Amino acid sequence: MSIQTTAARAKNYDVIIVGSGAAGGQTAYTLSMEGVKVLMLEAGRKYVPEQETPMFQTPDQAPLRGASTPEKDFGFYDATIDGGWTVPGEPYVQSTSDRHGRFAWWRSRMLGGRTNHWGRISLRNGPYDFKPRSRDGLGMDWPISYEDVAPYYDKVERLIGVYGTSEGLENTPNSSPGCLLPPPAPLVSDYLVQQRARRLGIPIVPGHRAVLTQQLDFKRSPALLHPGNLKAQKIIAEHMQQRAACIWATDCGRGCSIRANYQSTTVHLPPALATGNLDIVCNAMVSQVVLGKNGLARGVKYFDKVSGAEHQATARVIVLAASACETARILLNSKSASFPNGLANSSGKVGRYIMDTVGSDLSGQIPLLESLPPQNEDGASGHAFYAPWWGYQDQQKGKLGFARGYHIEFGGGRRMPGAGTLHGIERFTGGSYGKKLKEDARRYYGSFVGFAGRGEMIPNENSYCEIDPKVTDKWGIPVLRFHWKWSDHETRQAAHMQKTFADIVQAMGGRVMGKVQSDGAEAIAPGGFIIHEVGGAIMGADRQTSVTNQWCQTWDVKNLFLTDGAVFASNADKNPTLTIMALAWRSADHIADRMRRKEL
Amino acid sequence: MTDRRTTIKWMLAAASSIPLLNHRAWTQDVTAWPAVRGYGGDPDLTKLYRPGDVWPLTLSAAERRTAKALCNVVLPDDGRSPDASSVGVVDFIDEWVSAPYPRQIEDRPLVLEGLAWMDAEALLRFEKYFAELDESQQHAICDDICYEPNAKPKFARAAAFFARYRDLTVGAFYSTPTGWKDIGYVGNVPLTKFEGPPAELLQKLGLGPDQK
Repeated sequence: MSIQTTAARAKNYDVIIVGSGAAGGQTAYTLSMEGVKVLMLEAGRKYVPEQETPMFQTPDQAPLRGASTPEKDFGFYDATIDGGWTVPGEPYVQSTSDRHGRFAWWRSRMLGGRTNHWGRISLRNGPYDFKPRSRDGLGMDWPISYEDVAPYYDKVERLIGVYGTSEGLENTPNSSPGCLLPPPAPLVSDYLVQQRARRLGIPIVPGHRAVLTQQLDFKRSPALLHPGNLKAQKIIAEHMQQRAACIWATDCGRGCSIRANYQSTTVHLPPALATGNLDIVCNAMVSQVVLGKNGLARGVKYFDKVSGAEHQATARVIVLAASACETARILLNSKSASFPNGLANSSGKVGRYIMDTVGSDLSGQIPLLESLPPQNEDGASGHAFYAPWWGYQDQQKGKLGFARGYHIEFGGGRRMPGAGTLHGIERFTGGSYGKKLKEDARRYYGSFVGFAGRGEMIPNENSYCEIDPKVTDKWGIPVLRFHWKWSDHETRQAAHMQKTFADIVQAMGGRVMGKVQSDGAEAIAPGGFIIHEVGGAIMGADRQTSVTNQWCQTWDVKNLFLTDGAVFASNADKNPTLTIMALAWRSADHIADRMRRKEL
Repeated sequence: MTDRRTTIKWMLAAASSIPLLNHRAWTQDVTAWPAVRGYGGDPDLTKLYRPGDVWPLTLSAAERRTAKALCNVVLPDDGRSPDASSVGVVDFIDEWVSAPYPRQIEDRPLVLEGLAWMDAEALLRFEKYFAELDESQQHAICDDICYEPNAKPKFARAAAFFARYRDLTVGAFYSTPTGWKDIGYVGNVPLTKFEGPPAELLQKLGLGPDQK
């Protein structure tokens, strides 16, 4: 079994998975290792990182020195194909022209989806993050606790390779021994931030990213990942050995041809294909789930994007892992007599409670970092250190004016100069040009440190998506219309980020670049900009108020599962990908178990 | 056919109306953007691209001559690294103002009118094109427009152009291996180990794992 065309695919599969990113990749990996026959449908094209990754290409070899354009929003070399904030022929609609009410939706139409370019930051949700309502009365509790997910965090970290340390900090869980790889060496700027931020009471500890700082433990880990499954152990041991350790060069956002970081296409899919239990059809744009007369999902309809023809594929179990909003869209477009408002939507909650991450940025110019001797600071391409949220106790005492926390990501150093390098340098030089400008460039290069806050958004009734009654995409599939509103909890948090970053820059003896924004509504990045959208089909303990149970299984259709971020009942400040994978593994274990028992 | 003297006269006449450029004339699109396509959402990322490969370059020979002179004033050969034009900055500027994307389309009139202004101003002051001026003459003009907060009102738009042109030149120069070498970027090479900053440097800065 392999990457196939529609014509070549088999007739009978146990499970169809829609999507091939973190959720689809993990679900397919777990199921195929357990002997389940899987068909994966991916809306984008086949993508081969080993051949297509621009590992050492330089900006002057790219159009516009690699600068970002609407066709490559994160720059020319970013590992995003036919995607970004806009996808030609696949529009989405805003409910308002008010800029504060808009939501920007990032998609990527390629095998592996957004995992090919993501930041690789891999943080665990903590115990508070699964029970936020119990703690402060806001939002929703999950029907599971940290203890339910912890074993799967361990497994995912062991499988994909995550560096970091266990620091024992509040609501910032330790990993089990042996799960984490050693963190990379910090840069000069990292040490400076650490020293000065700690003086302000802000903890600075090693970050967690899915980058191999050394080769995976291919001797011990396979048996821990797949106890009793010798075939799975053999396959994953081989693939762990094929993945090289980081070579401390080239930005992870380009993807990695030597498989040294996590992307679905280099970590999940190759061993899953090696089981012989997985077929993948690319360019397959799923429009809806088809409901059988027995009330179970029969299969899915999809368009072959190359021929334009519509096809149907069937299986015993259907898994949507298309990304939170696309999964909600497929459900809402799957209408039938039993589900006139969309499949699995008896609660009316499909599309509701879309959350992104609160984001706000500020950077500083730091005289202490000027004119340092040249040294290679590519490192692991960022996030050697970070600041986990430190204000839980102040929040409990009601001191901060916003209910949930944020962590700080930061970076400085002598990064690869690109098209935007030293833009605006006249702020420091008084407008130098000529030989003086060359001296100034040597002085200021590497003296900037950027800070980004990443905070929790509380789900609300005003942030959701629905099907637009008029607009369709190029395949004729109705598109999403977004509604968006931040609450004071988010905007106040963003203003707090700005003040904190300014304080850190000042403690470093630096100058803030631009304005410190005290108005949170202006400080906060627009909805969707952090690309951490989750929710839209949340899990819960009550079928009246949620779409799935704790196994990501829809309440209404028992053979329909949602294993992506759509099921998140809250969106902690921790970047969602690691949790998506942990929940997908847990759900896939459940599916395999119930299939063995003939309950599915 | 107009001879050089006639051209200079015409340019001088045009230059006499330059104060107006700070108002309406600057906002006009002096040269329409050519209707071409970009590289699309799925370009080959491993290929080597040169300016002009994906969309045609559009600057005239005269504009390129001025562009070259100006980028070399912004970043001249200083003995440590060569001037900007020798690492392809003129081609980059041409590629930039010819590109079919919003940011570049927005920059196009600013850059084209700015280049024309440089020549008009050079003709007005010295009766020569900017590229033909000696260094002190070029600096006499650039000193008036090199820092927006200090520029006289009549030079406001020219100063905005210069700021943008300096950014484009700096970005294009320092994003090349030649620029990297000058500025002290020594990465983009595979390493078997990454050990972080040398201990002596950290000690000098009072930084490191044990420093509070």
